[in-house]
Amino acid sequence: MAVDNMKMRAQLKGDYVEVKVLISHPMDTGRKKGDDGELIPAHFVQLITATLNGLPVLEAQWGTGISKNPYLTFRLRNAKVGDVVAVTWLDNFGASATQNIAVTKG
Amino acid sequence: MQRRNFLLGLMSAALVLPLQAFADIWNKRAFEAVKLNDAEQGLEINGEITSQDILVSAPDMAENGAIVQVEIRSNIPNTESLMILVEKNPTPLIAHYKFSNGAEPFIVTRIKMAETSDIKVVAKVGNQYFTNAKNVVVLENGCG
Repeated sequence: MAVDNMKMRAQLKGDYVEVKVLISHPMDTGRKKGDDGELIPAHFVQLITATLNGLPVLEAQWGTGISKNPYLTFRLRNAKVGDVVAVTWLDNFGASATQNIAVTKG
Repeated sequence: MQRRNFLLGLMSAALVLPLQAFADIWNKRAFEAVKLNDAEQGLEINGEITSQDILVSAPDMAENGAIVQVEIRSNIPNTESLMILVEKNPTPLIAHYKFSNGAEPFIVTRIKMAETSDIKVVAKVGNQYFTNAKNVVVLENGCG
């Protein structure tokens, strides 16, 4: 499933697969005021999970200190071209998205 | 603003229930801690050992603390997780990454820094914790 708020790439590089993920998200800390002078409520991605062919490989918990439009690279051993990497994120408002991508040759 | 919050609240209520178990994983105590020690207690870190096998790569100086790219890696076998903490941020715990099934203890990510501080990385290996840090000079607060 492709979603417009995530970009992903998974490439075989020698003996590991490198996965790059970019998520469109404000990552508001809850400490900044908007144009109306009111505090903008904290709004941030709290959890990221990644699977390789359905098997969990990464579980990340994030606070508000991850930059706006979060960027993440991770590396997988035991992965090959054609394997499927899925990444899911969940934010503190309960919104979430999942994207799957097949490993390509780097 | 109020109406927007109300609508967002409704959306959250609708979406959050099936994801509640997933959301419960989030370590509220550690992430909301305002002091480094409290964050580490929330992570149940005790007795860190400084190790050159924990690598923290980041620029020496960041013009804008809103985006500081950091690469972290553990060369210690059987590393289970890596944590990133910035002591002088309003909430020091930035991220906690757990690896399994062949994921390398290696991450590149971009973080916010409020002011000049160490970026501290802690690796969990069994019941032991190994740590290393890299100081980054920050010219502009990126934690607004």
